[in-house]
Amino acid sequence: MTGLGSHFKIILTLSWRNLWRNHRRTAIMLGAISVGVWAMIFMTSLMRGMVDDMLNQGIRNLPGHIQIQHPDFLDDPSVVNSIGEPGGELLTALTQNGTRSWANRIRVPAVIASERESRGINLIGIEPAAEADITGLPAQISAGRFLESNQDKGVIIGAKLAERLETRLGKRVVIMSQDPDNNIAERGFRIVGIYQAELAAQEEFNVFAARATLQKLLKIEGLVSQIVLVDHDYRDVESLYRRVEAATPDGLEVKPWYEIDTYLAAMFNLMDGFVLVWVIIIFLALSFGLVNTLVMAIFERVREIGLIQALGMRPGLILYQILLESLLLLLIGLALGNLLALVTIKPLESGLDLSAVAEGMAMMGVGSVIYPSLTLYDVLLANVVVVLLGILTSILPAWRASQLDPVRALNTH
Amino acid sequence: MKDVTLRMAWRNLWRHWRRTWLTVGAMIFSNGLLIFAMSLQFGSYDMMIDNSLQAYSGHLQLQHPRYLDEPKMRYALDDVTELAERLRRELDLDSISARADGFALASSNERSYGLQIIGVDPAHEPLVSTLPGLVKQGRYLEPGMPGEIVIGAVLARNLKVGLGDELTFIGSGFDDSFAAGIVTVVGIFESGIADLDRALAQVDLAYFQDVFAMQGRGHSLTVRAQHVDDVESLQWQIGELLDTDKSLSLRHWDELQPGLRQSIQADMASNSFMYIVLIVLVAFSVLNTQLMSVLERTREFGTMMALGLQPARLSRLVMLETGLMTALGLVLGIGVGLVINLYMARVGFSYPGMDEVALKFNLPERIYPSFTILSMTLGPAAVAIGSLLAALYPALRLYLLTPIDAMRAV
Repeated sequence: MTGLGSHFKIILTLSWRNLWRNHRRTAIMLGAISVGVWAMIFMTSLMRGMVDDMLNQGIRNLPGHIQIQHPDFLDDPSVVNSIGEPGGELLTALTQNGTRSWANRIRVPAVIASERESRGINLIGIEPAAEADITGLPAQISAGRFLESNQDKGVIIGAKLAERLETRLGKRVVIMSQDPDNNIAERGFRIVGIYQAELAAQEEFNVFAARATLQKLLKIEGLVSQIVLVDHDYRDVESLYRRVEAATPDGLEVKPWYEIDTYLAAMFNLMDGFVLVWVIIIFLALSFGLVNTLVMAIFERVREIGLIQALGMRPGLILYQILLESLLLLLIGLALGNLLALVTIKPLESGLDLSAVAEGMAMMGVGSVIYPSLTLYDVLLANVVVVLLGILTSILPAWRASQLDPVRALNTH
Repeated sequence: MKDVTLRMAWRNLWRHWRRTWLTVGAMIFSNGLLIFAMSLQFGSYDMMIDNSLQAYSGHLQLQHPRYLDEPKMRYALDDVTELAERLRRELDLDSISARADGFALASSNERSYGLQIIGVDPAHEPLVSTLPGLVKQGRYLEPGMPGEIVIGAVLARNLKVGLGDELTFIGSGFDDSFAAGIVTVVGIFESGIADLDRALAQVDLAYFQDVFAMQGRGHSLTVRAQHVDDVESLQWQIGELLDTDKSLSLRHWDELQPGLRQSIQADMASNSFMYIVLIVLVAFSVLNTQLMSVLERTREFGTMMALGLQPARLSRLVMLETGLMTALGLVLGIGVGLVINLYMARVGFSYPGMDEVALKFNLPERIYPSFTILSMTLGPAAVAIGSLLAALYPALRLYLLTPIDAMRAV
């Protein structure tokens, strides 16, 4: 018995030569496969880049990968629903190795008034040291300085809000909110910094002050609104989540980002599905051409196949030979397609500028520059789908060829 | 004569019926998919535009020229109620409503929140905005009842107020005077649009003008067209009417909600990329098929030329074959697309997790295809054009054919 193994070299040679007998047809099919594969990878990397950006920004806004807060806080972000600063077991869990960074935050609705205008805002009390890692705010300061300590008396507002309030760096504003007893808490602040966010809505709405200063203003010494944690990768926060949840005292709520913002979670989950559907649609469009090519290649060779069968080649080997021919075609097409994708994505890595539709992108929660993200997973997915499904669709024509009756085949014209 | 070419083309197609059907199959697949995707896409855009604009901003707004960029109390229009009345009369359109906007700090017994307070005309507001219809508790404002307020559901929850509760609000008036009032909550609306539900409140316009010392002024006239397609003509009509008045700017919804059009454009751009890739792949398929069918007939064509047929005639034959194949793909593809669309129109399209995303764009949980000539034919037409272009190369090659060489070909 001689198996496929000993004949492999012959079959490979046959397949390779057969492939180039009709070089035009092969070239066209290679063109189709490489364009298809290129489109699969190129589009996927753009979409991935966009969704990555959306998730990163969205999570920065929440902020954090995990939040600890009063169970009513998300629904009713009032100063009444504050919690104590972390202590005991929770503090140990937070400061333990493995937590990238964490911070206390205060978040209350407030009204800000300049000499000319007033606006409703989100007043956020931050701990400046941890902020760079949590929201990236320090890097967004476009004028003035960032807050220097937890006791800093200044306030940082967005460029858009400054414009709305007709105020500027160094001016004073009055911020009004309420303390837990429903008394108006009011205080003048000097604007020490102006920030520019990627999404205009944040610039208009979020105002930052130091944590301890706000605690004093709101008469909530020792209390905060939220404790936010940032892990190394937003895709994998489970272990941190479980650890922190175990250490959190009863009566507090611990939530990962995907439970806080269900839109982000839905986008995250939809992406994998989208990539698969896109890859399969492109493959289906390709498959008609692939089958067509094989059917034609076999049709032209009916006599020849009859002849080699008559000379003693077993049907199994004919099947393998045709499948190998198809595989070679797919592999060359894939190589070209991958190369094309790489060549077109590389120059875009510094960012694809879509500022023409910036406000539309903002509506989706994305900045106006897309950075394509080429992941090994997506590239592998595209290649594996094309090879597997490609071979699968080739089986029928190849099998039909192997079942030809040598006598009839030899008599075909 | 022509009949002969047509008959030949038709018969030639079925010499390799498997190849023809595979090529036509690629067209049917792409056409069906394009119709399905485009119909859903257009359907969702229509819904997105309608839902976003109807909720509040309307199709057109008449404002002070500087109000759009700097929405400040002092950039107001004089005598808005009269202006609205005049426009309603002259345009014979009821869906025009005057509004005034202000910012106030509202306090209940327990809480205080900053809110956007809008003075509206209770008689006409329901004609320009869907918000009055979204009052889930209580009722909307009624004409001639000052001292009433309608607020968003999230705001009501945050302020911990219900129907019949009182709210006090303070803000600053048009002349920078101190503006304050006490109002009773008569209705709570729930629009599903977070910004509105969280921070919007409406009171009677006359009451607003009184409290905020507006002296008959307002900030906008909101116009809702019968249909989104009528907006441009309405815009022109209003422009004609108010031509002399330079203190007014008429804003199209594009300007009022720039994000809307742009997010549609961004979506269209990425979808167009996908459509073009599909069309290119079909074109490759056609190119392959037609090139093969021309090459294998080299001898045959040589003979025909030797018998006196001009290359142009043979070229036409090849193009006609492609045309027939394309027509078949077009008709069957539209049929498939129609069936998918009819089905989708019944059940609606949805996928797991879509509801969350849809909400963000003011879309319902299921989207329904839009049946328009455009959405049904644009994709198939592009596929047909792509296919015919692809067949040009094999068809034009025939001009290079010489009968002697061709007849010698294997």
